Amino acid sequence: MSLWEYANPKKFMALSGRLLPWIVALTVLSLGIGIIWGFFFTPDDYKQGSTVKIIYIHVPAASAAINAWAVMLVASLIWIVRRHHVSALVAKAAAPVGLTFTLIALITGALWGQPMWGTWWAWDPRLTSFLIFALFYMGYIALWEAVENPDTAADLTGVLCIVGSVFALLSRYAVNFWNQGLHQGASLSLDAKENVSDVFWLPLVVCIIGFELLFLALVLIRTRSEIRLRRAQALAARERLA
Amino acid sequence: MSALLFRDLRLAFRAGGGFGLGLAFFLLVAVLVPLGVGPEPTTLAKIAPGILWVGALLACLLSLDRIFALDFEDGSLDLLATSPLPMEGAVAVKALAHWLVTGLPLTLLAPVLGLLLNLPAESYLWLILSLLAGTPALSMIGAFGAALTVGIKRGGLLLSLLVLPLYVPTLIFGAEVIKRGASGADAVTPLALLVAITAVSGALLPFAAAAAIRVNLR
Repeated sequence: MSLWEYANPKKFMALSGRLLPWIVALTVLSLGIGIIWGFFFTPDDYKQGSTVKIIYIHVPAASAAINAWAVMLVASLIWIVRRHHVSALVAKAAAPVGLTFTLIALITGALWGQPMWGTWWAWDPRLTSFLIFALFYMGYIALWEAVENPDTAADLTGVLCIVGSVFALLSRYAVNFWNQGLHQGASLSLDAKENVSDVFWLPLVVCIIGFELLFLALVLIRTRSEIRLRRAQALAARERLA
Repeated sequence: MSALLFRDLRLAFRAGGGFGLGLAFFLLVAVLVPLGVGPEPTTLAKIAPGILWVGALLACLLSLDRIFALDFEDGSLDLLATSPLPMEGAVAVKALAHWLVTGLPLTLLAPVLGLLLNLPAESYLWLILSLLAGTPALSMIGAFGAALTVGIKRGGLLLSLLVLPLYVPTLIFGAEVIKRGASGADAVTPLALLVAITAVSGALLPFAAAAAIRVNLR
């Protein structure tokens, strides 16, 4: 019994079909608890007022967006090394979800920046690198769309994902060089001295878990429909030949 | 390898190679920006490093799809793939040829455009150094993008979308060198980082690009 068994589409479909309702239920539960708790049962910040509540969407979306790219990178590597089709389809399925989370993070950030910093947008390193990150996602998705042969597309996007990861990381540090930040530093780390206060922290963690589960659920649904699409195409091709 | 290099250079210089197009585009950018922003010398001096770098980058982008597309269409790329020269070597040589016909002339033309844009006198050295160090990376990254999109009909726009985000670090460090050089700050650090990007992409990207070409020729 090994993990690689689930590289078989049939086994993957069976397992993911069984897990999916639970994952969806957990997503609804944790997102529901986290957001209701965060929105209605936490105090307003003494400086920011109620705008602080944007944090319950903004931070989880941003972290899920970065994790989505990590999922794509791992899935691409597995495809390139072991040629499991399900893996390539997971990478394909994760990209639009990741792009959406990136855009959510950017938009909620702008909505938060307007009352707090007095501007919708600033060329701050974090903001800039996230915008560039969105471009990486768009390029990746566009390459998937442009190549007709599915295996060729999987190979090319896999190479792009690996090279892109290096450059995305490099951009992240290059922009630090180029402008000083307006955005605050990390304040959720377990080892940092100064963190977000516990009243905000606990519901935020629940929201982060909820967004990660949401990502997982969406990727599973999208991967399953990609597999079904492949099957339908294979059947149609067989029809034409017969 | 040198045979391939000279072949590519000859193709670029002779009829329909589009050798001068990139340079003309670079010149156009440097002329259009003052027309758009106004002729104020202090404003122009302030934005000149950025304009020159963005112009060089876009001019470089224009000719990228020529690196492999023509060879792919007429079958020379298949011949290259079956030749004893490894594909990685062929990619590196083609990127070098691209740099010799775009990056290098752009670097040489840039000081003249710097005059147009009222670039401060102490920046010229840094301008040339930064372009000399950074444009090879542009060609190499571009060759990788061109390798990815070589099998796609009308892949030009897609190529830009893929390559531009990859150009970000090079652009940031390149323009930073000139900016710091002009203000007398330490310009060696970004220059060293720029050289590092060029060196690493020259060493590693041929492998990625060759892998992409092999996939496309399959």
